[in-house]
Amino acid sequence: MTELLNGDGALSLVPKTDVKQTAKDFKTDQEVRWCPGCGDYAILAAVQGFLPELGLRRENITFVSGIGCSSRFPYYMNTYGFHSIHGRAPAIATGLAASRPDLSVWVVTGDGDALSIGGNHLIHALRRNVNLKILLFNNRIYGLTKGQYSPTSEVGKITKSTPMGSLDSPFNPISLAIGAEGTFVARTIDSDRKHLQSVLRAAAQHEGTALVEIYQNCNIFNDGAFDPLKDAAVRDDVTVRLEHGEPILFGAERQKALVRGANGGFEVAEAADVDPASIVVHDAHNPDPSQAFALSRLDSPAFEHTPIGIFRQVARPSYDQLMREQMEEAVEQQGPGDLAALLGSGDTWRIG
Amino acid sequence: MTNVTKQVQQLDRVIIRFAGDSGDGMQLTGDRFTQETASFGNDLSTLPNFPAEIRAPAGTLPGVSSFQLHFADHDILTPGDAPDVLVAMNPAALKANLGDLPRGAGLIVNTDEFTKRNLAKVGYAANPLEGEVLAEYRVHALPLTSMTVGALGDFDISKKDAERAKNMFALGLLSWMYNRPTEGTLNFLERKFAKKPEIMKANIAAFQAGWSYGETTEAFSVQYEVRPAEQEPGLYRNITGNVALAYGLVAAGQRSGLPVFLGSYPITPASDILHELSKHKRFGVRTFQAEDEIAAAGAALGASFGGSLGVTTTSGPGIALKSETIGLAVATELPMIVIDVQRAGPSTGLPTKTEQADLLQVLYGRNGEAPVPVVAPQSPSDCFDAALEAARIAVKYRTPVVLLSDGYLANGSEPWLLPDVESLPRIDPEFAAAGQEDFQPFKRDPETLARPWAVPGTPGLEHRIGGLEKADGSGNISYDPDNHDLMTRLRQAKIDGIANDIAPLRVDDPDGARVLVLGWGCTYGSISAAVRRVRRAGGQIAQAHLRHLNPFPANLAEVLRSYDKVVVPEINLGQLALLLRGKYLVDVISYNRMRGLPFKAEELAGVIQDVIDSD
Repeated sequence: MTELLNGDGALSLVPKTDVKQTAKDFKTDQEVRWCPGCGDYAILAAVQGFLPELGLRRENITFVSGIGCSSRFPYYMNTYGFHSIHGRAPAIATGLAASRPDLSVWVVTGDGDALSIGGNHLIHALRRNVNLKILLFNNRIYGLTKGQYSPTSEVGKITKSTPMGSLDSPFNPISLAIGAEGTFVARTIDSDRKHLQSVLRAAAQHEGTALVEIYQNCNIFNDGAFDPLKDAAVRDDVTVRLEHGEPILFGAERQKALVRGANGGFEVAEAADVDPASIVVHDAHNPDPSQAFALSRLDSPAFEHTPIGIFRQVARPSYDQLMREQMEEAVEQQGPGDLAALLGSGDTWRIG
Repeated sequence: MTNVTKQVQQLDRVIIRFAGDSGDGMQLTGDRFTQETASFGNDLSTLPNFPAEIRAPAGTLPGVSSFQLHFADHDILTPGDAPDVLVAMNPAALKANLGDLPRGAGLIVNTDEFTKRNLAKVGYAANPLEGEVLAEYRVHALPLTSMTVGALGDFDISKKDAERAKNMFALGLLSWMYNRPTEGTLNFLERKFAKKPEIMKANIAAFQAGWSYGETTEAFSVQYEVRPAEQEPGLYRNITGNVALAYGLVAAGQRSGLPVFLGSYPITPASDILHELSKHKRFGVRTFQAEDEIAAAGAALGASFGGSLGVTTTSGPGIALKSETIGLAVATELPMIVIDVQRAGPSTGLPTKTEQADLLQVLYGRNGEAPVPVVAPQSPSDCFDAALEAARIAVKYRTPVVLLSDGYLANGSEPWLLPDVESLPRIDPEFAAAGQEDFQPFKRDPETLARPWAVPGTPGLEHRIGGLEKADGSGNISYDPDNHDLMTRLRQAKIDGIANDIAPLRVDDPDGARVLVLGWGCTYGSISAAVRRVRRAGGQIAQAHLRHLNPFPANLAEVLRSYDKVVVPEINLGQLALLLRGKYLVDVISYNRMRGLPFKAEELAGVIQDVIDSD
């Protein structure tokens, strides 16, 4: 579904393996301790199932996480892994990715971890375009602390900490990431393995920061949060599957179309009623993020029409690459470092 | 101009303080005088003192910026207690500094700034230059600004630019007074204003006019001479603590073969380390200006995980923000260097002033039992060696190490005998080797108790680390009660064991004294100068200085118990004293002042003498 912008992109410096890998190679001997029925299992299986396709040496893959249910993820991946501090995974992974271009660095985070306590690090990683693939498991609830509302919970959410309903408006992670100058911004769903893996594939190759929001069901504290997108009876009517270069049509019979509304945003119309030329064609590669942002605003709490897929995928040099280039330039211009010369630089004098 | 015969008077040491408005270029003037003095071969020590505001309202007391320089024909240890000469560029500078001036001191005052308005700004009802207020000083009241403008009449520059060169006129005058070599300053001005030739020429002319004025006017009848100090042979340069620290980190990278990764967020007075390191990319040094203090520490730790020498620098409240990351570094047992350039607190405190009050914070300011080694340099140039030592411990023991510098060391400077690069210690990262069967990420070296440092990219050693408690050996998550007890003790034992890998505390006690003065960090110079005074006056006093604050040297208990009394001067409310009492049950005598400035030697000499006399 995705057309690559920069070939091997992010992975060009990561050593490849000749050994054929399977999902099993990426499993650890650790018992997986998520609640039975948790959406995290499906995501874990999808990641383990897709990684062999990349053909990377396993030791050159690293998963970094923060704190929360999703952040236990690295313990279950037979790669290098770092389970770190609440909210700080993008910062820690930035230091790793910026100093090790030979690694494929993944960040696993949740809606509380990434958007509440770690919001600052997330937006700065995105604007810098560090070579990180950020998987944001969005279940719209705090799971590990047992059920408080999160920064993506809908207004009025009744939880343990908000018995009369939550007061604050949620973040839309896609809008946030596009606003933070993200170069790759996508959404997928835990239960749609094929779609999930196709998005991961594109993310892995992206040069710079890729943010993948994954709608993930917490069957204990927020069960059914994404049911409309999963229920076979209605999901095709409400899921807008974004394909770059394709007109945006959806519905079981592709009977609905997206057109530009009078206010500049997008509106849903009956495809039969509109001029085909007026149907919006998805352009994920447009340097101007306005259209991608407008698409992200189609969401509604009732899931009347929810886009999934790659909203934005544009080429911009990664922070790590620019850092490397500066270092190479410094050596080119001044020669490699000479410690004795450095210590003796500036005004010196000799005694004796 | 008449030809005046000048007297030349020999002095063994001089303390000069340049003081003016923040915009008067006093730091630059002081720096230049320092360089001239260093290249002449005097020993020296400096104390820049400036406000946190970049440009406080002109002419006001909060806007006063000063630079004190102590130079001598013998080795000296402090920037000096009280100036022999004060250069005051405006009424505010006079008022703010007069209190520090001993009777009989020289005073050079720029009369052009003593206008009614400027006097009123600082609360002078009458012009102090006209009354008896300054009667006990040797006052040279000179119209420095107008003399500078007069000397630059032929240059095609604005009046404002001409006025701004008055600091160079003052520098020229002082350079003449103390017979300083001028070549360095002339070269400096040529470099600094290479792109503005007219300004360059004007500044050089102002500098030379100041020199000539001293030489020709009758107002200055005496020229002073301070002979070069006897110093160890070798190549020297003048260096500030922050630059020495940055060089120490570059050296640590070179001597370990590890790429240095600095994660930092700008904060006074630590920022200069970031600025300095960012210039040295060709040494493989990566500098990352993070979005906040937390990310700065996090990125450093992430880089360490990847096999870099991860470093983070901060000051003041920044160290509080890094606490959680330091805790994670303790739990994951990764090498990391945390540099805290201490400043006066709490909270924002006095951003440009010094203090030693973060000791307990870095030792204990984390959740859980989270021991970290702490190293403290004792002089600006010693920051170089302290950085290497911090790196050695961090890498060898796989632990975060805190280096406690402070605002005085950071900005203060002294001559530095350049070390032979080949003589610097080598640091062996000893990365875990590929292809081990059943790799155990938390299996410890039996001697150091350090765990293996297995970096991503090493085949066969794939493993997961994190903040959750890990099982001894395997490193799997473990909630086992006995394992947690064991791991807590192992982490502590690892740090405690470093005591056997550091030099024992050296005591300087030529007379078999009964009183010991014990210090740490930046107080070394003041305490040593005080000890000299006490001994010169016939007092018997022993001196020791701690470089390692955790663990303490193995012989510390024995040293403490060898003396009847132990005096511990600190620029805090007695943090080391608390540790010594708690750990060794020795009731040390704590002396504390928190003025944002180093101790004065005279003050400490009095304190020490009182303790000796009370015996």
